[in-house]
Amino acid sequence: MLDYVKLLILGLVAVCAAIAANYARDVAYLVHALLIMGAAAITFVIVLRQTDEAKQAVLANEYMDGPVKAAAIATAFWGVVGFLAGTFIAFQLAYPALNFHWADGYLNFGRLRPLHTSAVIFAFGGNALIAASFYIVQRTSAVRLWGGNTAWFVFWGYQLFIVMAATGYLLGSTQGQEYAEPEWLTDLWLTIVWVAFLAVYMGTLIKRKEPHIYVANWFLLSFIVTVAMLHVVNNLQIPVSFFGSRSVTVMSGVQNAMTQWWYGHNAVGFFLTAGFLGMMYYFIPKQAERPVYSYKLSIIHFWALIFLYIWAGPHHLHYTALPDWASTLGMVFSIVLWMPSWGGMINGLMTLSGAWDKLRTDPVLRMMVTSVAFYGMSTFEGPMMSIRAVNSLSHYTDWTIGHVHSGALGWNGMITFGMLYYLFPKLWNKERLYSLRAVSWHYWLATIGIVLYAASMWVTGIMEGLMWREVDAQGFLVNSFADTVAAKFPMYVVRGLGGVLYLAGALIMAWNLYMTVRKAAVRRDAAFATPAE
Amino acid sequence: MALEGHKKIETNATLLLTLSFLVVTVGGIVEIAPLFYLENTIEDVDGMRPYAPLELAGREIYIREGCYVCHSQMIRPMRDEVERYGHYSLAAESQYDHPFQWGSKRTGPDLARVGGRYSDSWHMDHFTDPQSVVPESVMPAYAYLADTVLQPAYIVDLMETHRMVGVPYTDEMLENAASDFIQQATDFGDPGVVERYPGAPQRDFDGRPEVTEMDALIAYMQMLGTLVDFSTFMPDEAFASR
Repeated sequence: MLDYVKLLILGLVAVCAAIAANYARDVAYLVHALLIMGAAAITFVIVLRQTDEAKQAVLANEYMDGPVKAAAIATAFWGVVGFLAGTFIAFQLAYPALNFHWADGYLNFGRLRPLHTSAVIFAFGGNALIAASFYIVQRTSAVRLWGGNTAWFVFWGYQLFIVMAATGYLLGSTQGQEYAEPEWLTDLWLTIVWVAFLAVYMGTLIKRKEPHIYVANWFLLSFIVTVAMLHVVNNLQIPVSFFGSRSVTVMSGVQNAMTQWWYGHNAVGFFLTAGFLGMMYYFIPKQAERPVYSYKLSIIHFWALIFLYIWAGPHHLHYTALPDWASTLGMVFSIVLWMPSWGGMINGLMTLSGAWDKLRTDPVLRMMVTSVAFYGMSTFEGPMMSIRAVNSLSHYTDWTIGHVHSGALGWNGMITFGMLYYLFPKLWNKERLYSLRAVSWHYWLATIGIVLYAASMWVTGIMEGLMWREVDAQGFLVNSFADTVAAKFPMYVVRGLGGVLYLAGALIMAWNLYMTVRKAAVRRDAAFATPAE
Repeated sequence: MALEGHKKIETNATLLLTLSFLVVTVGGIVEIAPLFYLENTIEDVDGMRPYAPLELAGREIYIREGCYVCHSQMIRPMRDEVERYGHYSLAAESQYDHPFQWGSKRTGPDLARVGGRYSDSWHMDHFTDPQSVVPESVMPAYAYLADTVLQPAYIVDLMETHRMVGVPYTDEMLENAASDFIQQATDFGDPGVVERYPGAPQRDFDGRPEVTEMDALIAYMQMLGTLVDFSTFMPDEAFASR
């Protein structure tokens, strides 16, 4: 019966999408309608083939690792795509001729930049978080995922969101707010997927067999629920037409700016920090084979971090038309935030007590520890840059870009690579990774890449900040804006090379993971399927 | 130890969800909500008006091309910025901006007051080939905008949606939207455009007979930051008048 309801809904969606495509006012909307039609049609066929067939018994005592595997593969794939886009646009800034004339209106920097940021944050990071959430919540609750195939819906629904967002950017569909560029249709779809994600996660927690909820789950749960709140509030918008991709943001000017950076900073705070801390609290103890350093510290870390982070947004708006009281609040909370951040870092690092020797032999653990070190560095740099006097120099410059990347490449990237190296042999029942030497290569390429990136952006950022404000003895500005652009050129090339190294490392990882699945020896003691007891 | 009580929370998923949600709502409520009712958030200034249809269409192109990822529209009140770009930006100047375009990065210069700084033909040359006028520039070329003819087909819908969210477009403005759109990009066009939208630049911006995306974008560029007359603006009075 349920299958017939599904078929009815899917059929309706496909037909409505086909009709909408017919009335489309712009190309982005047309493509999105066709994508939805295609996705609904494919799902329709899949459901149809299962309808009235004998159902395969679901082994309730087995973990559901299909979506985890899929999300782990997607993480590696979107990672490479996102790094490639980033490296390309880095070179576009050094050599504007790379804004090819033949690709005008599709591959210009302005359209590729949201593609890059969304690909790394939402596609690479998002899939890593889906994989981590579904893997961790099952292992620490000792039950199978709740909701049957809902987890598959979350995975494929999220990929559809990514493709809709990416095609939208290339075709010029954006609502013009950083990191929240997708338009109303894509936003609505993500909302549906996210609610399903929350339902699967909560459902699994509620039916858990362990009495306590493990600390990693606190962070992952608060990541899911907070991102839902941020997404809905920051995307309050009214579509211009039901048949067009464009919408108008409900808020304007000051209020819009405040809400946007409340969202923007907490995309960092909850998507890229709380969620990834969930990974840290599970995978580092696992890889080091040591318990988390301090239980009390993790309680304080959790509550302090989620309470304080949400206030930090207005430090993006120092000296703007935002009232001073708001940006001062943002600054104060950003500085206070340094403490729980380092509490978390200490908790992660000290988990290695008694296992430090493993760093010499285990490149995967080395990767994870380096990521926590980068987390510590960028959570010191961030509060520092939120101080009004520092911000007056650093704002609008490349320093911000460097800061973001030491966090994103160092912390999010490295912990995700560590997780993938841990997960692949586990999920595919392999004795070990195909090549540890390749992991070491990846580690050093990535690390040197980050150093080149961060160092060159410090130099250009501080240099252009100083050049902009330089006045001569008569009080005239010394440098024209164009002078500062020219001065940055060598550092832009160095930054691009850093990106090449980081990308090369990720390609080695993709090859290594592929070979692990294809060639590595099967784990001897592996049961046919992993029981969830 | 006070942390003993935590056992209650970490053994109850619903409680954990509820509490952590409550904790994350506080900051946003305190920082965002007052901005809607504190009267000194946005000054009262003369001259602010909604965007004319062609300017609004230009702003749509500005957003579409992602100009905001490299250009800010927010001048901070520091000596060098005021010297370089002009009077610091007022909150009122972006009150009709849905969404705001303050930006966060200056890979290129601030554009909050670029209106009237350069001639139309400079803009035309610059958009067509930025390096031809600024050799150091790393900006992509946007020559294709001049080849794309723009129709006012959906401009009324866009303005009506803006009216829904609080932009004071009058019925007269909406009725004349399609014709104003064409007339603003025409030399010696209907003077009604400037009557409805005081200070709107009105001429054939790109030198082509049709209304192109280039016309719209240059019209938007040329009005940016020009609405408030800073020779008569008094910061304290702007708040006192409330």
